[in-house]
Amino acid sequence: MALLHTVNKSPFERNVLSDCLRLAKDGSAVLLIEDGVYAALDGTSASDEIISRNGSIKFFALGPDIEARGLSEKPLIDGLTLVDYEGFVDLVEEYSSVQSWL
Amino acid sequence: MEDFDDDEFDGPIKKFMYVNRKAPYGTVYALEGLEVVLITAAFDQDVSMVFVDDGVFQIKKDQETTAINMKNFSPTYRALEGYEVEKVYADKESLESRGLSADDLVIPVEILSSDEISELMDEQDVIVTF
Repeated sequence: MALLHTVNKSPFERNVLSDCLRLAKDGSAVLLIEDGVYAALDGTSASDEIISRNGSIKFFALGPDIEARGLSEKPLIDGLTLVDYEGFVDLVEEYSSVQSWL
Repeated sequence: MEDFDDDEFDGPIKKFMYVNRKAPYGTVYALEGLEVVLITAAFDQDVSMVFVDDGVFQIKKDQETTAINMKNFSPTYRALEGYEVEKVYADKESLESRGLSADDLVIPVEILSSDEISELMDEQDVIVTF
């Protein structure tokens, strides 16, 4: 039983990612979508939030949202996996339930 | 009866500042804000535009929105110059904390410190924030 958490808010504007990570258990997964993908950037003031849980939580980001925001050429946090919409569906299937942090 | 001359606006000219604080696409603020600036640019006022906080993401280059089925409006910022909106600024601190620099941006902007932006805000008659 492990949850898939989705986060759709920018970590620079809202605390949603922190709130999620505070309650997310080791072994769960976090998928960054919409403005949540800004948290995938390496070398920012928010990067440490993910880096500090990297390894105990699996981190994913939705590729189409990364591309839309012009981040394809920017360095992303090591170990974070990009998925497309089909990959999103696969994750939903793989984990026991989805917790959508709004 | 007085002739109305479309090209000459002889009313008071005020200093308008548009402050952009939101990332594009996640909410509609960025697009709506840009439209307001382009519309009001027709009124011959002293307009400046500032990108702060997540607003700096609006002018990130390389945006490619095909896969999310939304209009990529980032090229529209290049039209600002044609509307005589030439005072365009970005906050250094906001860029740096997001791992961005002038090279990442779709238009040339003047990068200012927070103190310099505060000073500019003080000089305005009207400030509109999106």
